[in-house]
Amino acid sequence: MTDRLSDDLAALRTPAPAGLLPGVLLGVGLADRYVTRTAPIGPIYVAFNDHGVSAVDVADDPAAFEEWFEGRFGRRAFPAAGLPSAIGGRLDRAIAAGKPGSLPLDLRSVTPFQARVLLKTAEIPRGEVRPYGWVAGEIGAPSATRAVGSALAANPVPVVIPCHRVVRSDGRFGRYSMGEDANKPRLLEAEGLDVGGFAALAARGVRLIGSDTTRIYCHPTCRDARRISDAHRVEFRSARDAQRLGYRACQRCRPAAAA
Amino acid sequence: MNHTTIDTITDALASDLDRAFPDLVVLLQDDLFSGVLRMTGRRADAEDITQETLIRAYRALSGYPEARIRSLAVRPWMWTIALNLCRNRSRSRSRKPETPLPEWYEPASPAPGPEQMAVAADAGERLGTRVAALPWAQRRAVVLRHVIGLGYQEIAEALERPVGTVKADVHRALASLRRELPTEETS
Repeated sequence: MTDRLSDDLAALRTPAPAGLLPGVLLGVGLADRYVTRTAPIGPIYVAFNDHGVSAVDVADDPAAFEEWFEGRFGRRAFPAAGLPSAIGGRLDRAIAAGKPGSLPLDLRSVTPFQARVLLKTAEIPRGEVRPYGWVAGEIGAPSATRAVGSALAANPVPVVIPCHRVVRSDGRFGRYSMGEDANKPRLLEAEGLDVGGFAALAARGVRLIGSDTTRIYCHPTCRDARRISDAHRVEFRSARDAQRLGYRACQRCRPAAAA
Repeated sequence: MNHTTIDTITDALASDLDRAFPDLVVLLQDDLFSGVLRMTGRRADAEDITQETLIRAYRALSGYPEARIRSLAVRPWMWTIALNLCRNRSRSRSRKPETPLPEWYEPASPAPGPEQMAVAADAGERLGTRVAALPWAQRRAVVLRHVIGLGYQEIAEALERPVGTVKADVHRALASLRRELPTEETS
């Protein structure tokens, strides 16, 4: 049938509206939405779904973020007009504080071990750093330092889970998963850490700082260590050295197992 | 690039549903939307029903064993879902008629309302309005055959009707549309 009527009927075919694909994929959980926010290292993209915030990353433009997101998570990402109430103001608070707080997170993309590493990392206070070995010890896997490194590299939500606060014990800052490695000290500096001072100290082989009045030793960036006056400040190369001199570990930064 | 076609999509869906499903949506969304729009005559309904069809399809596929997905005639199957939703929508719309029903009234066959007229007028498509006014059995058959371009076998599967019945419905629909469009007919 090739008459005018069938041509006219065929011409009634129209493209689906652009919102259909996002609507369907969001409806079945095969897509996330995203917004942009500003972090100390520049604009960041934040993706979320019904489970919570699923990804944070830097990208040159929305298309680059969408491509990265689909490659990593196997789901599409579509720009969001706004934030759902469960995420709402919590997102900006979490970015500012560098910890999730009450912000829901979607950590389905990582293993249970990796999730333990990430949640432990979220406890490190702003402006402080801990060695990889500390995280391993704290989660009861002291020999798993390397696996801790992999877990932090897999962190889907940097900044919100502050993997930038876990550094090498020799004073180098190590790799960073979001953008370039230099973003790690940049974020720490923005949090008030004396990046150069910490690196110089660690480079001299100093791992821990004690007070000869309290006889307590800490990680160098622990809030309590920074309060020790120069006159009472003692430097240690290891926890064993400190313990041998009768010092005990700080209960706040728990340096016991750290090298 | 995406090289998935309607012929390879069921294998892709069977081996990785979540990865292949967006391709299925892209493959079928224009067909579904166009068809549902012409069957309901309402753009908003067409968007809702098309989205709901695809969401239901995903949920159904997640529960199907791999072999069943592989052997699925996916286009007719999708249309069965869509047609049921169209039918339910028009049933619920016609539940509270405001004027006495005419003799020829069919519960599943909404008469064109102001919104349908508006859709047609906006698009300059008087033909669309006439299609939307056809009796439901003729409308769904002629839309699937001539707007979407499905074969009679696929339509028969989608409608769960014999091929002969489908052909008769399509012919009746065409005859009715031709009667109303005498000047547009060519020999």
